[in-house]
Amino acid sequence: MPLFNDEIKKQLSAIVSQLENGVTIVFFTQEIECPACSDTHSFVQEIAGLSDRLTLRIYDLVKDSETAARYGIDKVPAIALLDNADNDYGIRFYGMPGGYEINSFLGALLEISGKKQPLAAPVAGRIAAIKKDIHMQVFVSLSCPYCPGAVSTAHRLALENSHIRADMVESTTFPHLMVKYNVSSVPKTIINETHELIGAQPIEKFLDILEKI
Amino acid sequence: MPAKKNATARPFYGMPVLDIVDDTVYNIFNIRCTILCYEDGIFAMEFHLTIAALSGETRALELEKSRLYDVIILGGGPAALTAAVYCMRKGVSTGLITMDFGGQVAETSSVENYMGYKYIEGIDLVDKFREQVRQFPIGISEGRKIAAISDGAIKHTTLDDGSVYQSRTLIIATGKSWRRLNVPGEREFTGRGVAYCATCDAPLFSGKRVIVVGGGNSGIEAAIDLARVAEQVTVMQFLSQLTADTILVEKLRQYPNVDFLYEHEITEIKGAQAVESVTVKNRQSEETRDIPASGIFIEIGLLPNSDFSRGVLEHNENNEIIVDCACHTSCPGIFAAGDVTSVPYKQIIIAAGEGAKAALSACDYIAKIHD
Ligand SMILES: Cc1cc2nc3c(=O)[nH]c(=O)nc-3n(C[C@H](O)[C@H](O)[C@H](O)COP(=O)(O)OP(=O)(O)OC[C@H]3O[C@@H](n4cnc5c(N)ncnc54)[C@H](O)[C@@H]3O)c2cc1C
Repeated sequence: MPLFNDEIKKQLSAIVSQLENGVTIVFFTQEIECPACSDTHSFVQEIAGLSDRLTLRIYDLVKDSETAARYGIDKVPAIALLDNADNDYGIRFYGMPGGYEINSFLGALLEISGKKQPLAAPVAGRIAAIKKDIHMQVFVSLSCPYCPGAVSTAHRLALENSHIRADMVESTTFPHLMVKYNVSSVPKTIINETHELIGAQPIEKFLDILEKI
Repeated sequence: MPAKKNATARPFYGMPVLDIVDDTVYNIFNIRCTILCYEDGIFAMEFHLTIAALSGETRALELEKSRLYDVIILGGGPAALTAAVYCMRKGVSTGLITMDFGGQVAETSSVENYMGYKYIEGIDLVDKFREQVRQFPIGISEGRKIAAISDGAIKHTTLDDGSVYQSRTLIIATGKSWRRLNVPGEREFTGRGVAYCATCDAPLFSGKRVIVVGGGNSGIEAAIDLARVAEQVTVMQFLSQLTADTILVEKLRQYPNVDFLYEHEITEIKGAQAVESVTVKNRQSEETRDIPASGIFIEIGLLPNSDFSRGVLEHNENNEIIVDCACHTSCPGIFAAGDVTSVPYKQIIIAAGEGAKAALSACDYIAKIHD
């Protein structure tokens, strides 16, 4: 049974019809021991089917371990988004971006396709000045209305600066990470294993931390 | 997916959703998804789209620092947004500064007493308000917090990043926010077990023991969200009975894993890395004891967001800004509306009406300056 009914499909089509350029959805799955993989598989398939501008590539974490390593994928389900020239900005979704999180997923598709809102000059300057490698993991739940805001901010930072990578992590899909990073409220962003940011903070607050690292 | 809805398994959470991306570039779409997660591990997802793509037409602008506005409106709830529509229609130059759109309405699941709608989701009402505002060329600053305001012929509004905006008049409509307990451990453990958004964080407490503080509607709603997933939920109430609507209390009582502690208060939240226990005091006997818990959800009502006007405007004993029946504050040229004010009864329709009144008062004031 499809995830999206006709009505939703129509709305989603209207959104993806705004893509300015092609986007490639790289999906990593696994045959066993991944309860969320098959739903996420349907999700990416149905989304990719909505527009000619979307290309879907599917890999298996185990069988295609080299490709997984190239994209730095260590858990499934995972989605990496690439632009039309296959540039990888380090934008990842771990777990299904359903519920509220569909919004950050669609937002990322549009931004990678080139449909971006301009950043204020001081913010753009601060982002460009970051020279250290940064990895952000934004923990979310699918019932959290504030979470897509945090995910989109982290992904936008990754899009703007090649030193920055950003993951959405659906908390309940990866309980061991919830324990490891002590996630008991969302959104919670873990930055380079050393810093954390709680709540959907403005981009300036993210930058305050990135500049300290 | 009606078949799955009727399944015998108990959904562990299901809720409305929304709000997308960035509406200045894309059209605004409202995607309502319902997530149903069944206890036997079958994961089913529904997406309901209630509203088609909005017109998306927006003429809203960036708020400018160098410009002297006739009116700057502070806040983004029903009072502020109504004031914005009135000011723009009156033709005065208008700015709006808010952390978010919707205020408390964005957190309300359903509204059944705002005229024109027998039933509307809070978040849908917010979208209608926002759409109505953004059809005008109004200057908007969203996402930053107001830190201070100043009095004088030109009013200055300072944000938490230090930026300053200028206007001839101000309309303060910053509403109310959730109250904190103010006990040791609360701040330290915020995000480490101390939580304020049960719908967001309930899935993280699956199989754990949690405490909900507050026996009003929001406390009982939080307890229902949590009872679906947590091992045990303790509802702690200051008073000797719950104050929530009966219908909610009955719904909560259907869950076997809920208990109630009346006339108790929390005196401390303890733990190492995260919350491990709370100290509670019996208000009758004054006895204290520790209860193990990994989560504590605080739902004890609201406080006015008026700190930034302290010392500039007169407040009442509840820290609400005192206004007269035309929304004048103690300071000429500064008006206030909605939940942040001393006006009795805090409701959407009242806040909206007060916002209209404040805007008309501000426009009168400006007309007199320009004369
Ligand atoms: C759970 C719940 C259910 C409710 N149900 C109903 C109902 O069914 N019907 C009904 O009529 N009413 C209901 N209410 C009450 C109603 O929502 C409020 O009375 C109404 O929203 C008040 O509007 P307001 O514009 O005054 O303030 P708010 O809605 O509180 O909005 C305040 C705005 O100001 C912004 N703000 C605050 N401080 C700052 C700052 N320092 N800097 C920048 N921005 C700031 C906020 O971000 C927000 O946008 C409910 C309230 C709650 C909490």
